[in-house]
Amino acid sequence: MADANKMGMNRTGMDMSPKQSEAMLKGSEMADAGPAGRRGMDQIRQAYFSEGDTVGSVPLPGSFSGALSSVKEKLQGNNPEVLINKLGQRLAFERAGVRLYEALIYKCQTSPDDTTSEIISVDSLKQFRNDEAEHFLLVHQIMESLGADPTAMTPDADVTALSSLGVSKVLTEPRTSVLQCLEAIQTVELTDNAAWTLLQELCLNMGLDDMAKQLTPAIEQEEIHAHTITQWIRQIAMKKGAGKALDSTDASTTH
Amino acid sequence: MAVNLLDARGTPLEQQKFTFRELVQKPISKLDDDAFTRVRIILANGLEQQANRFQHMCSQINGELRQPLAAIRRVEHHQQTMINWLLSSDHSPIETTIGYEQVAIEATAAIAQQEPDPYLAQVYRFGLLEDFDHMYRYAALLDRVEGKDANNILQSYTDVLPGRATFDEHRHPHDDLRDHYDRKTAAPISKMNALTIMSGEYQTRDYYMNIGPTFSDPVARQLYAEIASIEEQHVTQYGSIIDPDETLLEKWLLYEANEAYNYYSFVESETNPRIKAIWERFLDYELGHLEMVKNLFMKYERRDPAEILPKTMPDPIPFESQRAFVRQTLKDEINLRTRGTEFVDKEQEGLHSREYRSHINSEGSPSNSVAEGYIWTPGTELTRQAAQA
Repeated sequence: MADANKMGMNRTGMDMSPKQSEAMLKGSEMADAGPAGRRGMDQIRQAYFSEGDTVGSVPLPGSFSGALSSVKEKLQGNNPEVLINKLGQRLAFERAGVRLYEALIYKCQTSPDDTTSEIISVDSLKQFRNDEAEHFLLVHQIMESLGADPTAMTPDADVTALSSLGVSKVLTEPRTSVLQCLEAIQTVELTDNAAWTLLQELCLNMGLDDMAKQLTPAIEQEEIHAHTITQWIRQIAMKKGAGKALDSTDASTTH
Repeated sequence: MAVNLLDARGTPLEQQKFTFRELVQKPISKLDDDAFTRVRIILANGLEQQANRFQHMCSQINGELRQPLAAIRRVEHHQQTMINWLLSSDHSPIETTIGYEQVAIEATAAIAQQEPDPYLAQVYRFGLLEDFDHMYRYAALLDRVEGKDANNILQSYTDVLPGRATFDEHRHPHDDLRDHYDRKTAAPISKMNALTIMSGEYQTRDYYMNIGPTFSDPVARQLYAEIASIEEQHVTQYGSIIDPDETLLEKWLLYEANEAYNYYSFVESETNPRIKAIWERFLDYELGHLEMVKNLFMKYERRDPAEILPKTMPDPIPFESQRAFVRQTLKDEINLRTRGTEFVDKEQEGLHSREYRSHINSEGSPSNSVAEGYIWTPGTELTRQAAQA
């Protein structure tokens, strides 16, 4: 893995092949395509839109027979499927997060880049990985207490995994740099933060105060993850860009 | 580099071995490698895939050849693996598609110019203008769905302009059949050209059929369905120019000779030394396969392979921009259509194809919709729109 900022023979731009590019531009003048529009594309999309169509359903136990009695009361009168869907989403996200951190730890441990190894604490990353595993087990236990099936994939779990498909590709690609991987995991952590806060708010709104309290340590840990990753990104970018680190006051980390 | 298909022995089959570490090598750089390196990789993948497919089919219809077919086929499979895995993971499926269409345009245009049979040359020019239009439609999709410029892949070698409109390419199956060359009189290069282009088109069909359903956007799902349908037509067209009366071993000889000829062409033009070493290795492997098949041909058919193979290696396929030829073809032949195996002006097109097209387009045309008013512009059409605002 070489420096992602090295200059070289990048051939993607027009300037790299002036003669061919000039010929190509002359060709584009041959095009007579009328006004640009998206009406046809919208019509195709509209033809497939159907109200009530989803990627799938929430696997909700019909009678909550497995739910604790105190929880069962609270769920009645609410829409428990919303909570189950969101819990399933967090469970899947945290479980995937463990694997993402494992990939990032490997990347950092094998990176020959001194700048990044001076700034990043692999021990912190290992702690974050363990935090994600704990959060997965926490949500697992909460779902069981509701009588929900923690082995099922809920619709929100499915779609969130779809949106973060590229993150795993970045982290496991041998040619990506530590900084590129940190930026990929930053998108995960920022999303994760917002999603945990939402989940707690949802519990409170449904009167599940005890459950909401259970989430607080996880929310605090996720804030540390996002903050630390963000700071590392800043420090590495500044050091690489200007050759000097940020002041320590600007770069508080858990390092 | 002088290579003689009749005398060269190549690498003996028993020495053609791989490890998984060898099969999965460092990929090319999407950003830094020359676009023609990717073109050669994609074409080589298609040739190996087709060799493997042909040899499987042979095993279904010939018991005696099962063992040599199985042995050579395993190597062809691993050659394909090593080649296809050279494409790096940062190619999105649409970007890879742009690469596939660049192959279809540049390889078909090069072969159309070297083809000695005027009818076959016309067949290639006809298909060329259709793949040329696919490039335009996919470039619009890449721009409008992923916000990317197709020229980052094309590196200015290949134009992005409308060709024979994909809308008009839908034909009745009988109008996709062509007259085949005569195995007794056709030049060896004509037979080999047919295999090259059919292999390229076949893999393109299969690629679109595999990735089409991975898209979320109904526009992309429809566009891939539409262009896959044309690629199926193209496989029908190019498959039909091959003489069906060739014996199985005649065909097998030609497949192996053509693979060797293509690798020879790749060696002659490759600019990436690491990839060039793979082409050199595989040229020797194919010559080894050819040597085995020549012996089988002599044993079972009691004929001399010199009846089939060219005496000298044909000039290498040039891998360079064919812009001028493509533009001239576009100017001269955009209005060509077919009636049975004949090429005719669009006014004389057969009724069956008109009816077929009218029906398949009757609920809308994805290729027209995706490219509504699209003009390729460096940096995507947003650059053009910003300049006009």
